[in-house]
Amino acid sequence: MEYFIQQLVNGITLGSIYGLIAIGYTMVYGIIGMINFAHGDIFMIGAFVALISFIIFGLTGVALPIILLLVLLIAMLFTACYGWTVEKLAYKPLRGSFRLAPLISALGMSIVLQNYVQVSQGARVKPMQPLFSGGLEFFKNSEFIVTVSYLQIFIVVLTIILMGIFTYLITKTDLGRAQRACEQDRTMTALLGINVDRTISITFIIGSSLASVAGMMFVLYYGVIDFYIGFLAGIKAFTAAVLGGIGSLPGAMLGGLLIGLIETFWAGYVSLEYKDVAAFSVLIVVLIFFPTGFLGKPDIEKV
Amino acid sequence: MQKQDIIKSFKDSLFTGLIALALFGPIVGLRTASKGEGLFITPQWGVVFLLVGLCILGRFLININSARRTEIKIFSTLSSKFSSITEDKAKHFAITGILFAVVFPFLPFTDRYFMDVAIMILTYIMLGWGLNIVVGLAGLLDLGYVAFYAVGAYSYALIATTFGWSFWICLPLAGLFAAFFGILLGFPVLRLRGDYLAIVTLGFGEIIRIILINWYEVTNGPDGITGIPRPSFFGLPFKRSPDEGEMSFHTFFGLEYSTMHRIIFLYYLILVLALITNYFTLKIRKLPVGRAWEALREDEIACKSLGVNPTNTKLTAFAIGAMFGGFAGSFFATRQAFISPESFTFIESAIIVAIVVLGGMGSQTGVVLASIFLIGITEIFRDLEQYRMIAFGGAMVLIMIFKPKGILANRKPTILMHGDKK
Repeated sequence: MEYFIQQLVNGITLGSIYGLIAIGYTMVYGIIGMINFAHGDIFMIGAFVALISFIIFGLTGVALPIILLLVLLIAMLFTACYGWTVEKLAYKPLRGSFRLAPLISALGMSIVLQNYVQVSQGARVKPMQPLFSGGLEFFKNSEFIVTVSYLQIFIVVLTIILMGIFTYLITKTDLGRAQRACEQDRTMTALLGINVDRTISITFIIGSSLASVAGMMFVLYYGVIDFYIGFLAGIKAFTAAVLGGIGSLPGAMLGGLLIGLIETFWAGYVSLEYKDVAAFSVLIVVLIFFPTGFLGKPDIEKV
Repeated sequence: MQKQDIIKSFKDSLFTGLIALALFGPIVGLRTASKGEGLFITPQWGVVFLLVGLCILGRFLININSARRTEIKIFSTLSSKFSSITEDKAKHFAITGILFAVVFPFLPFTDRYFMDVAIMILTYIMLGWGLNIVVGLAGLLDLGYVAFYAVGAYSYALIATTFGWSFWICLPLAGLFAAFFGILLGFPVLRLRGDYLAIVTLGFGEIIRIILINWYEVTNGPDGITGIPRPSFFGLPFKRSPDEGEMSFHTFFGLEYSTMHRIIFLYYLILVLALITNYFTLKIRKLPVGRAWEALREDEIACKSLGVNPTNTKLTAFAIGAMFGGFAGSFFATRQAFISPESFTFIESAIIVAIVVLGGMGSQTGVVLASIFLIGITEIFRDLEQYRMIAFGGAMVLIMIFKPKGILANRKPTILMHGDKK
């Protein structure tokens, strides 16, 4: 039982990271209907920016909460620049062309970003000293002590806060309304005087910022990163988005949590080596029974 | 050009520079390096300023060069002329290409390096043609094609090392295994549409790779399988000193021993395999099942109403595509004599899909051109080892931007209802 709770805590932490990345996938898919393959690499770049700024601020000796806040803002800002540029360079010229073109362009962009970071930052893994230590301990009398580290609490709380801000942004503000309108009908939205190109750009900026936060959490949680982390995290997050129903924002978060939990429980109870297989197998099984994911709208085919 | 325009474009370039600074500043400018314990930062501002300067200059030149639009226009008319020429003369083109491929090993400038590159290009051409059945004809986006390539390679390697059967027995078996895996995967997932199918196939590719890494008892894990038998020339091995009472290729034909014999044989082997794939595709396009694939690609609902069973039809495409992937896999295994899961990563699937899409989906000639172009690019940048994949990815993006339908856009159905009587 204690072991179960421990795995649950770990799973929720991991799930928060996946969920934040998945939102970027699902938003972009919702608005322009493409799989943004470079999104995983945007997450990787966010992790690198976070790592670099952690090192810089680590030397100044500022208090931890201030460092965290600064790094968070810096990572979001710089990574958002990447998201914006990638959209302008590789996807915008392809708007309105056939379905696979942006996908291939995204694949190319993903290869470029990965190798660009490999060239500029080196291929070795980058370790980082842990910033957080300690945590809360439960069930102290039993054999297995459940530890919830402060870092895990930080990750989950930050995710909840960001999700709150994000939900407010999408449901209550003009920007969010414009974004949802573009999702439904781009032509009509343009006729109503909304700058569709700008809305799409902002979608990419929001998605990239959330991914960069996930990147920062990843650096803190695992303590090592390299230029290749974007691939696996990216496809798992995309799996999460599909599992929750692509295009649906709560679905992305739910899917992220599910993938995080499945992975941790599988690693904890079944086998560590095959934890990546678990996520994909579950995806295949779920899609057979819910072809559009858990919360996705069924697409109705019309003649 | 007016003064305002210049000022405007100047401002725009400065903005570009600002963005470039934000992009390159942290990632290029602050290089992390481990020194003892922990990481330290080595600034590289020189490179950053160079890159930013290049971006500003480039943007400024593009901005003031109002002829840019016309240039692109010239480029696209040229390339559409090119594709119409190749379409009209498709037959001559193909014959010239094949003839060139046949005499290629005996051309004076051909050396070992050229042969290796040619074999690699032909392998990708074969994979591209195999995937073209799935993506180009049936319109199913498969991002896990490398899984079938891996299944083919591993089943060939396992059968050949365990039973010691010859290449010509193992090859069809490997193809069958791959086709079987195609059916296994296809059966549950082919009801999914478009992007869902793409992600499931991607996941399947990863599952196969992870199993190959972890199933030590059979696949020998990350160490891979070594000592896979080399193919023999209809029973004549390519050995310098054949065993007692055994003929080897050079003694039988009374030639001087050379390692090139084997390379040339491998070259012809993959050429023949690739041409079989091509011939098969061209023929099956004219059969009912091929017509059904193309019809499904164009309009699934119409097909259903006409009584075509979409799942079965797609399943055939998937299985046949997988089979050719398996053939290519066995060739790969026998050529390398060593395989490991390293060779079957997602990037391979991405390259094959890129070849099919860049070539223009459904176009057989396009696959050839795209393979030569993409593999050629990585070979040109060979000396700049680190930059070759950047060039590769960049080429993918650029081709898509300038020619979104691929080099040769040939999505015309094989037959049209009222014919194209001109």
